[in-house]
Amino acid sequence: MRTRKMRVLQRTLLLAVECTLVVTAAGFIAQGTAFAAEEGAGKLGADWKSQHADTDVANKASLQRGARNFSNYCLGCHSLKYERWSRMAQDLEIPEPLLEKDLMPPGDKPAQYVLTSMPAADAEAWFGKTPPDLSLIARARGKDYLYQFLTTFYVDPTRQTGANNLRLPATAMPHVLSELEGLKRAVYRNEEKRGEDGKATTEPVFDHFEPLAPGRLSTAEYASFVRDTVNFLDYVGEPTQQARRSLGVWVVLFLLVFTWLAWLMKKEYWKDVH
Amino acid sequence: MASRQESPVRAPGDPLPDNVNPLPRKGFLGWLNKRMPVDEFIANQLTGYYAPKNFNIWYFFGSLALVVLVMQLLTGIFLTMFYKPGELTSFDSVEFIMREVDSGWLIRYLHSTGASAFFIVVYLHMFRALLYGSYKPPRELLWLIGMLVYLALMAEAFMGYVLPWGNMSFWGAQVIVNLFGTIPVIGPPLVEWIRGDYGIADATLNRFFALHVVALPLGILLLVMLHLVALRRTGSNNPDGIEIKEKVDAKGKPLDGIPFHPYYTVKDVVGIGVFFVLFAIIVFFVPTFGGLFLEGPNFDPANPMSTPEHIAPVWYFTPFYAILRAVPDQRLGAMLMGLAVVSFLFLPWLDRSPVKSMRYRGWISKTMLTLFVVSFIALGYLGLQPAEGIYVLWARIFAVIYFAYFWLMPFYSRASFDRVKPVPERVVFNAH
Amino acid sequence: MADNVVVADDEVDLSRRKFLTNATIATGAVGAVFVAVPFIESWSPSERARALGAPTDLDVSKIEPGQMAITTWRRQPIYVVRRTPEMVTHLKGHDASLKDPNSDKSKQPDYAKNELRARKAEYLVLIGTCTHLGCLPKQRFQAGSPEMGASWPGGFFCPCHGSRFDLAGRVFEGSPASVNLVVPPYEYPNERTLRVGADEKGAA
Repeated sequence: MRTRKMRVLQRTLLLAVECTLVVTAAGFIAQGTAFAAEEGAGKLGADWKSQHADTDVANKASLQRGARNFSNYCLGCHSLKYERWSRMAQDLEIPEPLLEKDLMPPGDKPAQYVLTSMPAADAEAWFGKTPPDLSLIARARGKDYLYQFLTTFYVDPTRQTGANNLRLPATAMPHVLSELEGLKRAVYRNEEKRGEDGKATTEPVFDHFEPLAPGRLSTAEYASFVRDTVNFLDYVGEPTQQARRSLGVWVVLFLLVFTWLAWLMKKEYWKDVH
Repeated sequence: MASRQESPVRAPGDPLPDNVNPLPRKGFLGWLNKRMPVDEFIANQLTGYYAPKNFNIWYFFGSLALVVLVMQLLTGIFLTMFYKPGELTSFDSVEFIMREVDSGWLIRYLHSTGASAFFIVVYLHMFRALLYGSYKPPRELLWLIGMLVYLALMAEAFMGYVLPWGNMSFWGAQVIVNLFGTIPVIGPPLVEWIRGDYGIADATLNRFFALHVVALPLGILLLVMLHLVALRRTGSNNPDGIEIKEKVDAKGKPLDGIPFHPYYTVKDVVGIGVFFVLFAIIVFFVPTFGGLFLEGPNFDPANPMSTPEHIAPVWYFTPFYAILRAVPDQRLGAMLMGLAVVSFLFLPWLDRSPVKSMRYRGWISKTMLTLFVVSFIALGYLGLQPAEGIYVLWARIFAVIYFAYFWLMPFYSRASFDRVKPVPERVVFNAH
Repeated sequence: MADNVVVADDEVDLSRRKFLTNATIATGAVGAVFVAVPFIESWSPSERARALGAPTDLDVSKIEPGQMAITTWRRQPIYVVRRTPEMVTHLKGHDASLKDPNSDKSKQPDYAKNELRARKAEYLVLIGTCTHLGCLPKQRFQAGSPEMGASWPGGFFCPCHGSRFDLAGRVFEGSPASVNLVVPPYEYPNERTLRVGADEKGAA
C-alpha cells in the first residue's frame, strides 16, 4: 500500500515538474523567437568554451569576496588542506576578528588548515566519491576551466544530483549554487556528422542554455560571483604569486644593470684584441 | 695611463702578456703558493690558456651550462633539506616548500626552471658542435664525454621529475620504466627490479631520490671535469674550424689565440648576465611556462588509478618520445628511440668531410643540418601532441629525416659529393 | 684587414677599465648577497613551525595545590607550579644564598620581575630547561628533603650538573647555572586559563 501511494505521489510530482518545464520552455521559446534576430550568437552559454575567467589576483576586494563565497558555498564539502586560515587573513588583508566571525567554522583556530568538517566516509556515501581538495585545482585545471565549470551547470533529471555540467559531463557535484544562479536547461540542435564509415548521422550538439527559474543573482552578478571565487582559488593555488611578481621586477632590473656594466667592461677589455 | 710600458696596446702578432705573478710572492698568497700551485693553476688554465679569438654567440653555452649546473646543485641541496621522499609525503612536502618555507617557492622555481634551462643550454651547446664540426678529430673524446654528460643529464632530469609525485610524475615513471620491458628476455624482470615493487611505488621513488640527489650529480660532476680536461688538451674549436695551435709565434703562443682570462671571462660574464635576465623573467613571471616547464596535471597528486587525459613527457624528451610513438611496433619503437639518442655518439666517425665548419661546406651539408634542426624541433612539438591522425604521419616523416642526417652522413659529407670551399689560413675576425 | 690596425693610444683607457671592472665586481658581489638571502631565509622556522609555536592554553584550576603541570610551548616544556601559601613563605629569607635574587641578570617579562617571579603569587610559570646547558630540572618541592639537605627551601634540582633553583626559579650559589630559570610571556585571559606565549604585547 505504502509503496503504491509513494509511486502515485512521485508521478504526480514529476508531472507537475514536467508541466512547469514545458510551459516555461514554451514561454522562453516564444520570447526567444521574438528576439532571435537581435540576439543571434548572443544566446546564453552558446560561447561557453571561449569564456575566460578574466580574474586579477592583485584585486584584494575580489579575493575577499571569493574567500567569503568559498566559506559559504564550498567549505561544506571541499578543503584547502595546504592553506592556513591565518595565512589567508594575512595575504588577503582580512582582520582576524572578522576572519573568525565570518569565514572560519566555529571552534577552528586561525593557525589550522582550511578543512571541511564533512567526514570523507559520508562524502563517499553521498556523492560516490570524496569531493577533491581544492588547494591546487586552479593550477591543475586552469582558471578558465573553473569559470566554465561553475557557469555551465544545467538541469538534467537523468542525473542523481539532478544536475549536469558541460565542462565536466556527468560530474558528481550537485549544482550547489543554483540558489544564486537559478536553474537553466540545455538546448540542443541536431548536427550532421560523418562517421568513419562515411555515413552521415545526426547528433545532438549543445546550442545554448534556457533559463528555467531565476536565482537570487542576475546573470551578470552570478558571473562576477564565480569570477571572485575562481580568483580566490587561483590565489590559493599559489599564495606567493604576488610576492613572486613584485620581487621579479627588482631582480630583472638589477640583472639588467649588472649585464650593462659587464658589457661595458667586456668592450673595454676587447679593445686589446685586433 | 701611468704604466705605459705595460699597457695592453700591442702591435699585431705580439703575444699578449702573461698575467702570472713572478714567484715567490709575499704574504698570504706567498704562503699559499708554497703549498699549493695556485698561481700555476691560474697561469695554465686561465691566463695562459689560449682560446681562438673568433668565438661567436654559440660559444657562450659551455660556460652557461656550468653556471646552470652550479645553480641546480645549490638549489637542489636546499630542496633536499625540506623534501621528504615517500608515497605519502612527497607531494605534501613539495607544497610545504612552495607555501610554508620562507622563500621556498623561489628555490623550487629556480630548480624546476633550471632543469629546462639546462636542456636549452645543452641543446644549443650541442648544436654549436654540429655547426662547426667540433666533434671531429682531434676532439672525438671531448665529444663522447660530452654526450655521456648529456645521457646522465637525461637520467637526472627524468628521476627529478618523478620526485614531486604528481600524477604526471607517476605516469611518466610508469611509461619510461616500462620501456625497459621491451628488451627481450630480461625486460620484464628488469622492470620489476628497477621499480622494486609490482608497480611504481614507494621503493621506486626512494631509489630515484637517492640517484637524483647523490649518485647522478656526482657522476655528472666527474664527467664535466673530464670534459674540461679533454678540452684543455685539444683546445677549443672555433667558427672557422681552424686549429689555432698550428700557427704560433716565436714563443709558441697561437697567433689567433687570446688568453681565456681576462678576455673570455669578461665576455662570458655578459652572456651569463643576459641568460639570467631571461631566466629571471621566466622564474618570476611565467614559472610554469604555459605548462611546458611545470605541467598542470602534475599539480594533482599521483593516482595509480587514473592516467591523465593527455600524457606527454617534459619538452626536452619529446623529440625522442615522438619517434617512439611514430613506430607501430613496441620493441622497434623503443629501439629507434634509443638509437635517436645514441646516434650522436657516432658523429665523429660518420662525418667524412675534410672541413669542420659549416662555413666552408657545400649546400648539401648545410641543407641536411637545417633539415635536422627543423625535424628535431618538429618532433619536439609532435611529441607534445596526441598520437593520432596527421601527427603520427608527420612524426614518421621527421623521424626519417632525423636518422638520415646521421646515417647518410658518410655519403653526403664526402668532398666528392658535397663541394667544400677553401678554408682560410687564419681565423676570420673583425675587431669591434 | 682589421687586425693590422694599431689602436691609438687614447683608445685604451686603463682607469676606465679598472673602474668598470671594479663596478662589475661590486655589483656582482651585491648580487651574490641578494642570492644568498632566500637560501638563508629558508632555514628560519617555517610557517608550520610558527603556527605550531602559537600560544597554548592550560586550565590552571585543575592543578592541585603544591603540584606541578607541564605543558609545551614552542617545543619547550613549560612548568606551571601551583604554589601553596607555605611554599610562598619559604621563598623569603634565603636571598643571600641566591646568585641573582632580584632577577636583574635573568630573563623574564617585566610583570614577572618581582620577588615571586610571577603575575599571581599562586602560579609559577617557567620554561623548564636549565639555564646551564638545557637539561630538565626535577621537582624537589619538599622543604628540607633528606636528599637536598635540611636548609633546602623547596625548588628544582637539575640532574645533569647539579644546578639548584628555588620555587621562584631563582638559582642558588654553588650551581653551575648562572641565571634564574626563564619565565615565558604569559597572561590569564580568564580566572581559570593560563595562556603561554601571549601577553599585552600580543603573541610572542
